[in-house]
Amino acid sequence: MTAVDIAGTVTPTVPVRAAGRRQGLLGRLLGSKKALSGLCLLAVFATLALLAPVLAPGDPSLINSTGSQAPSGEHWLGTTTKGQDVLALTLWGARSSMFVGFTVGLVATGVAILVGLASAYFGRLVDDALTLVTNVFLLLPGLPLLVILAAFLPPGTSTVVLVLVVTGWAGSARVLRAQARSIRGKDFVAAAVVTGERPLRIMFREILPNMASVVMTTLLGCVVFGITSQAALEFLGLGDSSVVSWGTNLYWASSDGALMTGAWWAFVPSGLCIALVAFALALVNYAVDEITNPRLRSVKRPRSEKSAKGRG
Amino acid sequence: MRLILRNLGFYLLAFWASITLNFLLPRFMPGDPVSRMFAQQAGGMQPEQIAQLRKLFGLDDRPLWEQYVSYVKSVFTGDLGISISRFPTPVTEVIGSQIGWTLLLGGTALVVAAVVGNLLGIVAAWRRGGMLDSAFPPLLIFVGSFPYFWLAMGALYLFGVSLGWFPLRHAYDAGLTPGLNAEFVANAGTHLVLPALTVVAVTVGSWMLGMRNTMIATAAEDYITMAEAKGLSPSRIMFRYAARNALLPSVTNFGMGLGFVVGGALLTEVVFAYPGIGFQLLAAVQGLDYPLMQGIFLTITAAVLLANFLVDIVYVRLDPRVRVR
Repeated sequence: MTAVDIAGTVTPTVPVRAAGRRQGLLGRLLGSKKALSGLCLLAVFATLALLAPVLAPGDPSLINSTGSQAPSGEHWLGTTTKGQDVLALTLWGARSSMFVGFTVGLVATGVAILVGLASAYFGRLVDDALTLVTNVFLLLPGLPLLVILAAFLPPGTSTVVLVLVVTGWAGSARVLRAQARSIRGKDFVAAAVVTGERPLRIMFREILPNMASVVMTTLLGCVVFGITSQAALEFLGLGDSSVVSWGTNLYWASSDGALMTGAWWAFVPSGLCIALVAFALALVNYAVDEITNPRLRSVKRPRSEKSAKGRG
Repeated sequence: MRLILRNLGFYLLAFWASITLNFLLPRFMPGDPVSRMFAQQAGGMQPEQIAQLRKLFGLDDRPLWEQYVSYVKSVFTGDLGISISRFPTPVTEVIGSQIGWTLLLGGTALVVAAVVGNLLGIVAAWRRGGMLDSAFPPLLIFVGSFPYFWLAMGALYLFGVSLGWFPLRHAYDAGLTPGLNAEFVANAGTHLVLPALTVVAVTVGSWMLGMRNTMIATAAEDYITMAEAKGLSPSRIMFRYAARNALLPSVTNFGMGLGFVVGGALLTEVVFAYPGIGFQLLAAVQGLDYPLMQGIFLTITAAVLLANFLVDIVYVRLDPRVRVR
């Protein structure tokens, strides 16, 4: 599911004005080793999440053996203090964590795109107002705001998503606005305005496709934000503790004292999974950055190659 | 000066927004906190506590705007209400007794991470393609992708539980009374090392990458080529010419970082049971102590805004280009 999502958001870059020498972001991404390994890692996790009911049938939080067993043939990753199978918990946790992460990523990026495009296209008063709101949200301390909102709203997955979107969209909106503004000033947008195209069409068909790479990086950033923040929120006991996710696994591991009794297998797998997914996304992100900003490429090149100077 | 005034206006606006948010949340939230709270306290409440709650949740009969005016007035006079879980201590007193630890922990971690990260970034950018440049960023990205609290748990398990090098919880040993004597300072220091190090470990990467990228852009400027042509020593060019200018975005990051100090320290404090306001915030949430929760949120917001404002002032001093406009 995940790999498809990412690919789906990229495809629109390929056509449009890139004509000629560029072979499209997606093509170049697949040519980059970093991006390729990142995407593969993501695909593995997506498959595991989808196949959880097959690989570990039944309710994962069922207590079906003695507690605190070290990893063995029967329980590959051992059991929790309560006696649940850690492997099953981790597999099922992938579902909730990946779902929330990608939902938050998509929704937050969507909000950011709307705000950024509207800001850049309409300018003046709309821009001032939206920028003000963005900056206020950017400045309010994220984690405490998360905690406060989660404490006041009724617990549940939808609350978690809502709260994360509210706290997570502003940073992307700022980046997207800056990018959209620079494209707004280009001649072809002026031409589109003169030909009398509707604002919505100009925003989404003329401006948006030309900033696909920035949208991509913010999307990836938002997904990472979603996954790690959900885990943090649930680790603090503020999520929905009845759902099995990587965050709640860690919460239970911590509150059952797995750490103090030395049951490392209870908290290592979930944390490692979060890290690997975030790392995979970061790899793709890094590759996108390098493709779109040639200066950041690690290969040593003579300095004379200044053609890369004009960006966006 | 006009810039500073405009920013001040903006920060005041942001603060007003958070006050309003604080005012509206308990009044318009779905569900009923009061009954949740009554259920939990099981009738063991003092009449004053109940009165405090009624005021907080707008259960008095005054119209909304009147409540709002008196709420804003009480915030600006420093009256944040009375804590419910620690009745009858005023919220401000609870916060005051704990904010010092947060500042100590966060401040130490921030300064160490910023200095080390920027230095690494400068060196990495100067030696493009070298060891530091090619090996470090992926490593840092990898470390940075671990959930912070999980790394902290791992560090606590490894260095605290297994190896026993560092104390497990709190800011100082139970028997000691806080004071400025050598014994207490040393004890607080050993309690500080592990939490601060975990924060440094996850934040140093972004400092380094940010610095590296601005350094690379700066190094392509003409005045660097000019300096090279003049035959200045590489270290002089690196630090006095390139790094000085590349440091500007880092100043802004420092402001943002200060915000993280107060806000982001929450997870650190929870994992290490460090008695700062983040730890207290979570305790307040668990104890359904809404006045304390809101008070801490306002304090954190105010601290973040103040930090950013100070950074703005510094920035105007540092970068003449901002002044011209």
